[in-house]
Amino acid sequence: MQKASEPTRRSRRRADRVAREGIQYPRWYWPSFALPGILWLLILFVLPLYTVVSIAFGTVDPIFRGPLPVYQPWWWSAEHFGETLGKVFGIFEPVYVHTFVYVVVASAICLVLGYAVAYYVARFGGRHKGLLLVLLISPFWISYLMRMLAWINLLDNDGYINRFLMFVHLVNHPIGWLEGRPLTVIMGLVYGYIPYMILPLFGFLDRIDASLLESGRDLGGSPVSTFWRVTLPLSKPGILAGVIIVSLPMFGDYYTNNLLSGSPRTTMIGNLIDEAYSTTGQGGEMASLVIILMVLLIVPMLYYLRSTRRTAEAT
Amino acid sequence: MTQRTIARPAPARSAAVPIRPHRWWRDPWRKPRILQAVTWAYLVWSLVPLTIAIAISFNGSRSNSVLHGFSLQWWWSDPEDSLWHDPELHAALFQSLRLGITTVLIAVPLGVAFALGIDRWHGRPATGATFLMLLSFVLPEIVLGISLFLVFQHLLKFIELGTTAQILGLVTYQISYPFIIVRARLLTIGKQYEEAATDLGARPRQAIRRVLLPLLYPAIFASAALVFADTIDDFVTVKYLSGPATSEPLSVKIYNFTRAEPTPAVNAAATFLLLTTTFAIVLGYFAYRRATRGQRTGGVSDFANV
Repeated sequence: MQKASEPTRRSRRRADRVAREGIQYPRWYWPSFALPGILWLLILFVLPLYTVVSIAFGTVDPIFRGPLPVYQPWWWSAEHFGETLGKVFGIFEPVYVHTFVYVVVASAICLVLGYAVAYYVARFGGRHKGLLLVLLISPFWISYLMRMLAWINLLDNDGYINRFLMFVHLVNHPIGWLEGRPLTVIMGLVYGYIPYMILPLFGFLDRIDASLLESGRDLGGSPVSTFWRVTLPLSKPGILAGVIIVSLPMFGDYYTNNLLSGSPRTTMIGNLIDEAYSTTGQGGEMASLVIILMVLLIVPMLYYLRSTRRTAEAT
Repeated sequence: MTQRTIARPAPARSAAVPIRPHRWWRDPWRKPRILQAVTWAYLVWSLVPLTIAIAISFNGSRSNSVLHGFSLQWWWSDPEDSLWHDPELHAALFQSLRLGITTVLIAVPLGVAFALGIDRWHGRPATGATFLMLLSFVLPEIVLGISLFLVFQHLLKFIELGTTAQILGLVTYQISYPFIIVRARLLTIGKQYEEAATDLGARPRQAIRRVLLPLLYPAIFASAALVFADTIDDFVTVKYLSGPATSEPLSVKIYNFTRAEPTPAVNAAATFLLLTTTFAIVLGYFAYRRATRGQRTGGVSDFANV
């Protein structure tokens, strides 16, 4: 440590070289930093995903009827996968359809409401901006469970929502909000995921230079046309990022539905997987369902990864 | 009614400029009242339920939908059902802390080293590794949880479901946070500080330890706080990788209890998690402030944006 401060001949020579051609590290130097992480991901991310594929295309244990993974692709059989795929276009079809409807509706509400809030805070937050931002991001460190629990308490038959509705005589007897209502599930999804929409939107809206909006107005644009022609195009990457960030986990969500409804009427794709997990002997179906989910999501996932790489390169 | 309104003489202030709703609407410089109302309504909608849930943890009765006075029975004083005395919840509380701390200690160094390595290593393997890392970030958690469960069941059988499996799974799920945060910071720092250090005679390792690492501290603290908070709250990966009931942390217990017959003790448990993560975030924020002392930062909003 001390030696470095007094320039020896060697260090001076090295300094000269640095000045000439930048820092020289041995070739293995930086890869060795990344190596532990890469090994970790290979063993605990790639290998598990491969196991899922091996089980989905594996066979059934003849004695215990459990799934038997087949690791060699040339011996794969389409038994499980074909059966599950048949169900997807058969008895599971309504599940896929209403998962899709819930996610689209919930993401749309997240976008409209989130955009309004992010826009207001970014443009008109004024001196309260810091406080507003803290309030907006606070759900990030409040457990998802806690937030669902809060609504379970409120929406209970005996809860404050029903009490209020009965107090103002809107209804005469409590409404069973938690008994398998799509409305409750969608509300839960919006409540759970909207913070993830607001943050990227805020990021992009906050970066828009106010002078651009002013010049839009100076050139005769009405507030509405300035919004459509300046603000909206500039926030488009934020909208896309927000929609993808919000809808990807919604597709894999089973807990919101389990907690707020628990009824087969509102079953989502995630619930099918979770139920297959709790039933013994359904390993093959579970693995196949996971693969189908990944295939459905691969396009938005790749799009998101590409767009984040581009923004990373741009900065 | 309408008759009288029309018959009344216009008030003196606006004989020439009658106030009509559409006029207010057309005023290009009007205050954004509607947006303001939406924002405040949103904040009320997002925060009031939580306040009520916290209040219910101090409920004086067994109900977990209606408040009846204040008591600490669900936190402490009830000898059987309170968070502290219910043996299941008590054990789960320590399991949560154990998982949270261990995951931070493993995931953060791994993620930071990964970010450093990837940032300076340009090549096809590095691109592939980044892709894998980000894929683990965007994949729905249920996919990761199930695949880890299957791998521990079929291939890596020497790892039993339970604490070890949970930690391995949580680290895999969380490792991308420090990576993303630290790499963003590395991109803004650039290379010049390190080059200045080596110009002044530092060896590469010294340049990293004494120049680069201190510059990365803010990002490291922020990601540690985030990983801790997220681990404590995780109940998907953890649930699939739980072995015996004793290995279930508080989050999984809350999930199970909520679906069975919840008492305000569940609210107390959830509030406890909230306090723990808030504590971690505040700690992270102060560490961040200390580390960025003397730099121009936007304070809270910067910490929020990392």
